[in-house]
Amino acid sequence: MKILICISKTPDTTAKIAFTDNNTKFAADGVQWIINPYDEWYSLVRAIELKEADPSVVLHLVNVGGADSEPIIRKALALGGDEAIRVNADQSDSYFTAAQIAQIAKEGSYDLIFTGKETIDYNGSSIGGMIAEILDIPFVSHAVKFDLASSQTTIVREIDGGEETVQVNLPLVVSCQKGMAEQRIPNMKGIMGARTKPLKVVEPIATEALTSVVAFDLPPAKAGVKLVSADNPEELVRLLSEEAKAI
Amino acid sequence: MSVLVFIDIADGQIKKASFEAACYGAQTAALLATKAEAIVLGTCEADLSVLGQYGISKVHTVSDAKLNHFDSQVFTKIIADAAAGADVIVFSNNTTGKAIAPRLSARLKAGLVTGAVALPEVSAGFVVKKSVFSGKAFANIGINSAKKIIALNPNAFNITKTDGIAEVAALNSEIPAAAVTVLSVNKVTGEIPLSEADIVVSGGRGLKGPENWGLVTDLAKLLGAATACSRPVADIHWRPHHEHVGQTGLAIAPNLYIAIGISGAIQHLAGVNRSKTIVVINKDPEAPFFKAADYGIVGDAFEVVPKIIDAVKKLKGMS
Ligand SMILES: Cc1cc2nc3c(=O)[nH]c(=O)nc-3n(C[C@H](O)[C@H](O)[C@H](O)COP(=O)(O)OP(=O)(O)OC[C@H]3O[C@@H](n4cnc5c(N)ncnc54)[C@H](O)[C@@H]3O)c2cc1C
Ligand SMILES: Nc1ncnc2c1ncn2[C@@H]1O[C@H](COP(=O)(O)O)[C@@H](O)[C@H]1O
Repeated sequence: MKILICISKTPDTTAKIAFTDNNTKFAADGVQWIINPYDEWYSLVRAIELKEADPSVVLHLVNVGGADSEPIIRKALALGGDEAIRVNADQSDSYFTAAQIAQIAKEGSYDLIFTGKETIDYNGSSIGGMIAEILDIPFVSHAVKFDLASSQTTIVREIDGGEETVQVNLPLVVSCQKGMAEQRIPNMKGIMGARTKPLKVVEPIATEALTSVVAFDLPPAKAGVKLVSADNPEELVRLLSEEAKAI
Repeated sequence: MSVLVFIDIADGQIKKASFEAACYGAQTAALLATKAEAIVLGTCEADLSVLGQYGISKVHTVSDAKLNHFDSQVFTKIIADAAAGADVIVFSNNTTGKAIAPRLSARLKAGLVTGAVALPEVSAGFVVKKSVFSGKAFANIGINSAKKIIALNPNAFNITKTDGIAEVAALNSEIPAAAVTVLSVNKVTGEIPLSEADIVVSGGRGLKGPENWGLVTDLAKLLGAATACSRPVADIHWRPHHEHVGQTGLAIAPNLYIAIGISGAIQHLAGVNRSKTIVVINKDPEAPFFKAADYGIVGDAFEVVPKIIDAVKKLKGMS
């Protein structure tokens, strides 16, 4: 049983969002980089749990990114996982990234591929479905629960307004979100061990980019809050009805 | 040459987000001087010719109960065949759209923009504005491929209606075997789905405990609103997980968001900052949420909210 876990690098959730180069690039100066929370808290931890239940499970991490991704890859290895592969390319277009991961998946013949629900920077929710299509295997998105018995998986996925329990055979791609597992913190043993785990760097395959960023914009600033006295909530209701036309 | 809109249905009815996608598709088609068609998979009780009122000229249906649960692989194959003549394919960026649009993008080598918030710019190239950094910014993305796919954020585009009746025609399509078997469905009934709600009333740790949630649910019921909560509230099981909004929960964009006893941490704001009007009720005047709010009351929720409920009742002529 081999699992490939996709790990992406995102700015910390409290990072200031600003742009440079005529609003074409994210201003990365001084930004703290983290493992995308959906990858770290849910997909990676669930994969580690599967290995804890069955030590024959092999966990490989994959990241498409430059050398500056290595700290977050090491951190992911400190949480768990046997080895990592970095595809040495700037992550630009989703299809480009997905094609790289699909290539790694083909070469390593994995039974299961985990991604996060989305990256918290570009909010694409795209990579998992694209990998599955390139490999022509099933894709279950928004998984909140994942169980495995021999080669059959039972997954609870979120749908609009509820949940669905589904059954699918391996191999498949699953995108993970809250509910899959509980966040963990790497311990000293993990951190020491991660230093010597293999981190292989491979070059990307030639792939066309289907999209490109033209420019970023920031939303217009709010006009400022209109405060209403706590003694007069009727005034708030009047404003919501007459001024905001919201109720 | 046309625009194809995927119409997502649930329990035999067209979802609100799909009406938005239909209007978006029709207006995109107008920009490209072409027509908009739609595709509906699964059995649908609703009269599909009403999609004409949203600008759709023709609706292709594959009315088979096997398609009432979605399998991203099966849906992608059918839509890919139906989209042979389409330049632009439009989805709603909901759970169904997010599972299918990326597959279709890879299959057709069609550039994809998810989370779109405005019509494409077609004067030079084809550029779509999307929400990024959890609503804290927008990116204008150029699609370079011949075929293009857009997944529209729910509540980001106004529904406009005109006269019109769409032609409805069954599509002769082979249905591939599904790899995904649905064992059970657990839907929250009688509640307004959070992602589609016009008004959302949300509570945070300031409400002290689940026993006090009547304040939130009573106000929500009165306003026809959905209910939501901050992450710690879901983590400590005061409220179900599906109500958790924010960076790591659901991102929503209702017309009105009322936050009660929520501090307004940056990760919470990330899920709600696209709301049109934000109201904050918090006893701490320094709570960061006031900076992101349109209206606010500094006060104790336990005193203020019942008075708001009374005032809304009065407004609605209920007392
Ligand atoms: C990576 C990461 C991701 C996260 N993702 C999310 C997310 O998706 N969603 C999310 O919500 N949080 C998220 N968080 C947590 C976030 O940082 C905050 O901790 C959380 O939003 C706080 O919830 P709260 O406002 O309910 O509670 P608190 O911060 O405890 O605030 C309670 C508020 O209630 C007010 N209050 C108290 N009593 C009353 C009263 N009687 N009447 C009126 N007001 C009262 C207080 O003044 C205070 O402002 C995330 C954090 C991290 C690090
Ligand atoms: N550059 C990357 N390298 C590895 N995995 C990635 C990369 N970008 C995205 N992913 C994976 O795909 C998921 C969804 O990303 P996205 O489609 O970009 O929102 C993430 O949670 C990751 O698991």
